[in-house]
Amino acid sequence: MSYSVTQPSARQKWIAGILVIGYALITMLPLLWIVATGFKSSVDSIAYPPKVLFEPTVEGYVNVFTTQTRLSAELAAEPRDDLPWYEQLVRNKGNTIVGASRYSERFFNSVIIGFGSTFFAIILGTAAAYAFSRFKVPLKDDLLFFILSTRMMPPIAVAIPIFLMFRNLGLNDTHAGMILLYTAINLSLAVWLINGFIDEIPIEYEEAALIDGYTRFQAFYKVVLPQAATGIASTAIFCLIFSWNEYALAVLLTSGTAQTAPPFIPTIIGVGGQDWPAVAAGATIFLVPVMAFTILLRKHLLRGITFGAVRK
Amino acid sequence: MLRPHPEEPGEKSMSNTVIDRAARATPDAMAQKVKGLSDRAIAWIFVAPTILILLAINIFPLIWTIYLSFTDFRVNRPNNAIEWVGLRNYERILGDGDIWMTMQATAHFLIWTIICQVIIGFTLAYLINKKFRGNDLWTTIIVFPMMLSPAVVGNFWTFLYEPQIGLFNYVIGFLTGADPSSFSMIGEVSLAPWSIVIVDTWMWTPFVMLICLAGLRSIPDTIYEAAECDRASKWRQFWTITIPMILPFLMLAVLFRGIENFKMFDLVVQLTGGGPGNTTTLTSIDLKREAFEKWRTGFSSAYAVILFVTVFGLASIYVKALNKVKQR
Repeated sequence: MSYSVTQPSARQKWIAGILVIGYALITMLPLLWIVATGFKSSVDSIAYPPKVLFEPTVEGYVNVFTTQTRLSAELAAEPRDDLPWYEQLVRNKGNTIVGASRYSERFFNSVIIGFGSTFFAIILGTAAAYAFSRFKVPLKDDLLFFILSTRMMPPIAVAIPIFLMFRNLGLNDTHAGMILLYTAINLSLAVWLINGFIDEIPIEYEEAALIDGYTRFQAFYKVVLPQAATGIASTAIFCLIFSWNEYALAVLLTSGTAQTAPPFIPTIIGVGGQDWPAVAAGATIFLVPVMAFTILLRKHLLRGITFGAVRK
Repeated sequence: MLRPHPEEPGEKSMSNTVIDRAARATPDAMAQKVKGLSDRAIAWIFVAPTILILLAINIFPLIWTIYLSFTDFRVNRPNNAIEWVGLRNYERILGDGDIWMTMQATAHFLIWTIICQVIIGFTLAYLINKKFRGNDLWTTIIVFPMMLSPAVVGNFWTFLYEPQIGLFNYVIGFLTGADPSSFSMIGEVSLAPWSIVIVDTWMWTPFVMLICLAGLRSIPDTIYEAAECDRASKWRQFWTITIPMILPFLMLAVLFRGIENFKMFDLVVQLTGGGPGNTTTLTSIDLKREAFEKWRTGFSSAYAVILFVTVFGLASIYVKALNKVKQR
C-alpha cells in the first residue's frame, strides 16, 4: 500500500479498535445483564456477588406470562406427575398458576397500536411529503416548520388538553385514541424524512412518465413510490420504534384496555417481592425486536434520528 | 447514469411547470388528459389530512392549554364554574421557589448530560473514523441502547443500582475498593442527580457519536493533505481543521439532546421517580404531578405554556447561532 498522509497508521487503527471495542463491551453490559437475568432463578438474580455463571431456567418467562398464588403446605407436598412442565416449575417454588397474566395482552396492544399508527402516519406522511416535494405549496417552509415544531412540546404538556379532549370524545384508554395520537406524533417524522427521500429522486423520471401519458397519480405510484420504497420502509420502522417505546402519554392516557407494554413492564411484581427475572424476561421479549430493527436500519439510522437533518 | 442537469433544491419552483412543459410537448387532446386534476388540487388533497390531524392533535390542544392557563379550572371538579384569573397562575409559578428548584435540577441534568455525551461521543466518533477493521459492526452494537424504550431500560437500571446486589455498585466497588452496599446511587441526595446523568449518557452518547461520525466523514481528505504540505502539525490540524469543520454537526447534536432532555420524563420517572426529596424532579415530572396528581389543571397549563415558550425560545436563538456557524 502506498504511503498516505491522511490514512491512519496500522498502530493507530489498533489502538482505536481496542478503545472502541472496550467501550462497546461496557455499554452492552447492562443489556446483556437484562437478557441473563431473564434466565436466572429468583435466588440467583439477587445473589451477592452478582452471578455471572448460573444454571439457566425459564422461570422468569413462566412468571411473566402467568399469575400465581401460593399453595397451602399440604397441597404443595402432594406429589403430582400429571401436570405440564411449567406448572411443575411453579410448584417447585410452592406456587400454583391461577391464570394468564396481562403481559401478552399488553404486548399485543403495543403491536396493534404500533402498527396501526405507523400505517396511518406513513400513508398520510407520504402523500404530504410528495406534495411538499413536487408541488408549489403555499407557505411550504412555514408549514414544514410547523410540522416539526409539534415535536418540541413536552409530552406531558400536550397530555393535559389531550386527556380532556379524549375524555369528552370517549377516546381515553381506547386503541383508536392511542393510534390517532401516535399517528399525529409520527406524522412529523414521516413527512420530514420521506420529503427528503423524495427530493432525492430525479424529477425527470416523472416528467418522462407524464409525457408518456401517465396521470399525476399514476406517475406517483408507478414511478415515485417504487423509487422511494426503501426510504419509506425505514421511515416506517422509525415510526414503529417510536410508538413501541413511547411511555409518557401511554401511562397518562391508558390504564386498562389499551395499555401498552412500557407502562406495564415496570409494574410486574411477583409473589412476594420484586421479581426481577420476570421483569427481565418481559423486557427482553420487548427489547429484542427493536434491536433487530436497528440492525435493519443501520444505513438510515442517522437520518432517522435527526429528522433528515444529517444525511451522511 | 448521466443526467443533463440535476435540479438543485433551489430550483424546486420549476417543478410546477412540469405539466406545462409536458402539455406544450403533446397534442391538445392529450394535454387535457395529463392535466386531469390540477396540481394545486392534488397538492391540497395530499397535504390536507396531515395538516388537519396536526391541527386537531397538536394545535387545538395547545390553544386550549393557553386558554386554561388563564383560569382556575380543575379536572377533578368539573362542576365548578371556570373562573378567569388572568395572569395569576403565571405569577404564582414564577414566584414559586420549588419550581425554580426543579429548573435547577433540569439545568444540572441538561448541562452534565450534554458535556458527557459530547466528550465521549466525539472521542468515539474520532476513533471509529480511524476505520479499523469491523468498525461498522461495533458502531451498530454501540447504538443499541439509544433505540430501546427508556421506561423499560430505566426501570431495569434501578436493579443495576441496587446497593449490594446491583451490578453497577458491584463493579464500582470492585474498581474502587468501596463496599458495594455502602452507597445507593438513587437513594442518596448527593448521588441521585448523577445516577440519571449516567444512565442518560449511557443511552444517548451513541446519538452524538453518530452525528459526529457523519461530520468527520464529510471533511474531504484533500484539506488534510494540503495542511500536511504546509507542514501543519497533527495537533494544529485537529484544532484548525477538524474542530471548526465538525462544529455545526456538534451544535446540531447538542440542539437535539437539549430539546430531548428538557422534555425528559420516562427514563427519570422510572429510575428515581423524582426523588430522593426533590433532587431529581425535572420539570416534566413536576408538571405531571401538578397536572395529574394534584389536578391543578389551570396552574399546570400555565406551567406547560412557560415550558413550551422556554424550549421554543432557546431553540430558536440556538438555531440562529447554528446558522451563523454554518455560514462561516
